[in-house]
Amino acid sequence: MAEPMKIRAQMQGDTADIKVLMNHIMETGLRKDAKTGQMIPAHFIQQVNVTVGGKVVLDAQWGYAVAKNPFLGFKVKGAKAGDKVVVNWVDNKGDKRTDEAAIS
Amino acid sequence: MKKIALALLSAGLMMSAAAQAGPEEDRKQLIDFYKSKLPTVKFDDMIYGALALDKDSKSQYDSIMEFPPFETVVDAGKQMWEKPFKNGKTFASCFPNGGKNVAGNYPIFDDKSNKVVTFEMAINQCLRDNGEEEFKLGTVNTMGILTAYARTLSDGMKMNVKVQGDGALAAYELGKRHYFQRRGQLNFACATCHVDNVGNRVRAEVISPALGQATHWPVFRAGENLVTLQTRFRQCNSQVRAVPFDFGSEEYNNLEYYMSYRDNGLPLKASVFRK
Amino acid sequence: MNQLRRTFLKGTGAAGTVALAIAAGLLKPGQVLAAEWNKNAFEAKTPADAMKGIGAAGAAKSADIMIKAPDIAENGAVVPVEVTSKIPGTTEIAILSEQNVNPLIAEFTLSNGAEGYVSTRIKMAKTSNVTVVVKAGGKTYMASKEVKVTIGGCGG
Repeated sequence: MAEPMKIRAQMQGDTADIKVLMNHIMETGLRKDAKTGQMIPAHFIQQVNVTVGGKVVLDAQWGYAVAKNPFLGFKVKGAKAGDKVVVNWVDNKGDKRTDEAAIS
Repeated sequence: MKKIALALLSAGLMMSAAAQAGPEEDRKQLIDFYKSKLPTVKFDDMIYGALALDKDSKSQYDSIMEFPPFETVVDAGKQMWEKPFKNGKTFASCFPNGGKNVAGNYPIFDDKSNKVVTFEMAINQCLRDNGEEEFKLGTVNTMGILTAYARTLSDGMKMNVKVQGDGALAAYELGKRHYFQRRGQLNFACATCHVDNVGNRVRAEVISPALGQATHWPVFRAGENLVTLQTRFRQCNSQVRAVPFDFGSEEYNNLEYYMSYRDNGLPLKASVFRK
Repeated sequence: MNQLRRTFLKGTGAAGTVALAIAAGLLKPGQVLAAEWNKNAFEAKTPADAMKGIGAAGAAKSADIMIKAPDIAENGAVVPVEVTSKIPGTTEIAILSEQNVNPLIAEFTLSNGAEGYVSTRIKMAKTSNVTVVVKAGGKTYMASKEVKVTIGGCGG
């Protein structure tokens, strides 16, 4: 599996405030390797999927222009402390990563 | 108006050399200078440099620092710090308090060897003392990443550098001289920008104040490129088209010593975002 | 034609395809398929084509989309953007940087209590309008904010 991501999930009233920091180079495919003169191939997360308490809350598609080591923040109303947050991503090379955390 | 500030400080420099007014007077004079030049900036916020002068920039810093993209690099530094040497000891054993709240004491002046010792040099001493190979001072993957974590152990610590004795004072004065001495094809001193032109712009950049410059290293440019204080010295020298000195050179160690003493009382904050 | 393919084809261009498939019981949560990435929209070279690609052509300007983004980016490689949609029933938020080689940056589909809010960091090639598209109640809306990207001076 690829490098782990960090998930912070906290209740704020009746809403879960969830922040994710992923570990990914998000290479655009537009850069040239200074030494070889060759284009560096694109390598970036294309799909992100998040479930909270077993239900899909966020489903995203990304291009290469999300910044390196992507940050994602979102909020889920009606979530509860203890609910499991599961984050998946898949990149354009088929690499994937799944991590989870409980809402505190 | 701009020339007055530099002239005043240069006069102060000459006065202090003659009258031995000393580092503490220098420090207070600089604090007073920025209190009047930048009245809205709180003393503790001087560690944010140019960010303290521009809300739009500071807002981006705050946003990124909430969950920094370089956190895994600092984590890697933590692994390096905690990994035992061949003899079973760790870096923590070389410093008081396990290395917590020590970085703000550096650089120190070692009377025995009659030279300034930076935090990085102390880390190398630790490696040598434990039969390990020392790191090259300018290398990001070793010393850079290690200090990206090790310095955070002192986050919040008020800078507390000591200048005591003739050797220390001489090194301090040499460091101060570098800061106020014009150099390079552009013939600028550090003070030309950071004292005389603080708050003005160089192209799209706001110029940071001199005070606080030694408190916040390493930085991660664009949130990913690790830059240490002495790397920054080399870049600054190059930018005025002066030949840069080496990492760990006496010139830079003295400069770091002077700049760190001058930041006494400010809270250290390591591994931060910069543009 | 198998049910999975039929569902995907129905949902072409929408980031909600996976959510649909899960809702239809065809996909377990956590199972993400790479096949349906909206290549058309992400590889579009103009904002208009990108908007078309995500089904947002003719989106109406809305004052109920708040974009928190800098006036001047510290570094175009990492520009924090926070979107809050006050439009009730927001199901999708997309972010574009109009002057990027490929303007479409990200598309988020929200469901099951997820609020009309996303926060992320984007790469911008140069000074540009950051455009946000919101889908709510079957309609599309948009708002823009200009973010300047500059060459530095001495810092970076």
